[in-house]
Amino acid sequence: MEKRLRKKRLDRGVKARTDTIFMVASFKDITYLLSPRVLPVLFFLVIPPFLGPYSEKVFFHACVYGLLALSFDFLASCGLFSLGQSLFFGIGCYFVGIYDHFLGLPIYLSIPFSSLSTGLLCAALLSPVVRLRGVYFAMITLMLPMLLMRLIEATGVMGGTHGMPGITGFPNEILGLYLGIVSFLFFLFFLRKLMGSDYGLVLKAIKEDDRCVMSSAINIYWYKAQAVFIGASIGGFAGAITTHHFQFIGMSSFALDYSILPLAATALGGQGGFAGAALGSMILVPLSEVLRELGGLRMALYCLILVASILALPEGIFHFLSRQYSQFYTEAEVD
Amino acid sequence: MSLLIYGLITSVTLALYAVGFSLVYGVSGIANFAHGAIYILSGYFIWMGLNLLHLPYWLSFSLSIFLTAFLGFSLYWILLYRVRGIPLAELVTTFATGVAILEFMTWAGFSGIRFSLPPILNGSVEIFGVFLDLQRLVVLASGVVLVVGLYLFVHHTKVGLAFRALAQSERTALSIGIESDWVGSLSMALGSAISAVAAVAVLPLGIMEPTIGYEVLIYALAVAIVGGLESTPGMVIGGLLIGYGQLITAKLFGPKWMIIVPLSMIVLVLGIKPSGIFGKSKELEERV
Repeated sequence: MEKRLRKKRLDRGVKARTDTIFMVASFKDITYLLSPRVLPVLFFLVIPPFLGPYSEKVFFHACVYGLLALSFDFLASCGLFSLGQSLFFGIGCYFVGIYDHFLGLPIYLSIPFSSLSTGLLCAALLSPVVRLRGVYFAMITLMLPMLLMRLIEATGVMGGTHGMPGITGFPNEILGLYLGIVSFLFFLFFLRKLMGSDYGLVLKAIKEDDRCVMSSAINIYWYKAQAVFIGASIGGFAGAITTHHFQFIGMSSFALDYSILPLAATALGGQGGFAGAALGSMILVPLSEVLRELGGLRMALYCLILVASILALPEGIFHFLSRQYSQFYTEAEVD
Repeated sequence: MSLLIYGLITSVTLALYAVGFSLVYGVSGIANFAHGAIYILSGYFIWMGLNLLHLPYWLSFSLSIFLTAFLGFSLYWILLYRVRGIPLAELVTTFATGVAILEFMTWAGFSGIRFSLPPILNGSVEIFGVFLDLQRLVVLASGVVLVVGLYLFVHHTKVGLAFRALAQSERTALSIGIESDWVGSLSMALGSAISAVAAVAVLPLGIMEPTIGYEVLIYALAVAIVGGLESTPGMVIGGLLIGYGQLITAKLFGPKWMIIVPLSMIVLVLGIKPSGIFGKSKELEERV
């Protein structure tokens, strides 16, 4: 009979060493461990001064969408499949309007205040529905921003359809960009740490088997509400810095883009572990800018690329890359 | 009286939008966000059949229904088959496909006054003192026929039995020899065909535009959620509630409040009774 071969995956030696032994000695081990973490951070911090004004804007957008994607990924890993990142984003924007325009707070107060208020308001708004699961929670979060947008249009509060110009801007552009980058990196590593802690374990367990967590006498709704608070604060923060950057608030902040693009980024980069979401948004946002030259065909091509990449790598680019990084293939005989 | 009759027509239209969507979701658990795109695409198929190929009326209608069903079928096997079981990927795939179709049609210039379908029946009748064109009666009739036909199909044929089996438990269905991928793809085909039938009935009332696709998706979601995601009578009730709710709101507050009705109804229903008015089988699953 013909000998048949199959692919077999094995951990690389350096991976096995660095996983378990913590007194790492060799330079190679340390490089292996640190390079995927340090190199991107260095890249992010060094690159901005070399960018032109246009690429700066693109980079800022990528960070904002990255923050939203992180917030989506965080909620998804707590079992809350949210399609309404634009809800958090838009509420964050309008809170900046309240704090900056009506109360006249300085910028270093209005950003943290509005992200915290967004977290509180969204947790209060969504706490009745955190008991919903799966697609039902997704639908309600998809509909809420649309509803708010129509309400603003119909009632005309906060500038109505015209929006409100004249929000205080950042002292200079590069400062705003660095704020975006630093907060993006901060939340990336903060969320990774959080999900590794005991608190994150509870959240992950809620996703896997909520009834099991309930039977351990843990109030899962309270935990889910807290998760919404964290996710919404991050989304609200993204909205707040965007508002200060563009010095304008409009209904467009509830637009579907802010819900769909983070979702697409996460699907492209790989769900879970946050690095995939970050990577995905760093790919998708520049891609959509490149496609802008094509005019009307842009969205269609963009969606096609998205579908193609999801079909090619359903697990996401990041998980694929990390497997290549830590494992190798051998051919093994099929018994 | 005219409010009553036109409300009924609107409601049936909304129910027509939703039937195909809810069938696919109820059977295979795929939230088909490309539904609106498929709907409007079938309208363009008819237009092409009539104006480019110069086919007779009925032939181009049935050709469009067949093509749309085939489109849904191949969508399942080309795209969804590979990402089955990853809800995030399923959702992004269908949504992105829908947007791709709609945006391509916008780019290709498929909008404007010349893109309108001739009505199936011309003329108008007077019912209870209200003038009604016959096409609106066609909508009414096709809505009734579709809902009743679907009910009979699902409850009295072998394929319908497989549909219900898959809806109840995919694993059990597999273990008694129901190929879940085949049934899933059949449900996609049937759902798309139903949306094509809806397009045949509804689209001649106005001009065709790709943006209608997004609208249809929102209404389909609203009706499906309010009525209960997989129940056929729920579609009718959901359509009636939203249709009349919209008309009354438009009369009382003005037309710009109209779109708020379906949105707030979705939020209310999901908050209070997420399985919808008629859904009951998934009562335990959707909330803990």
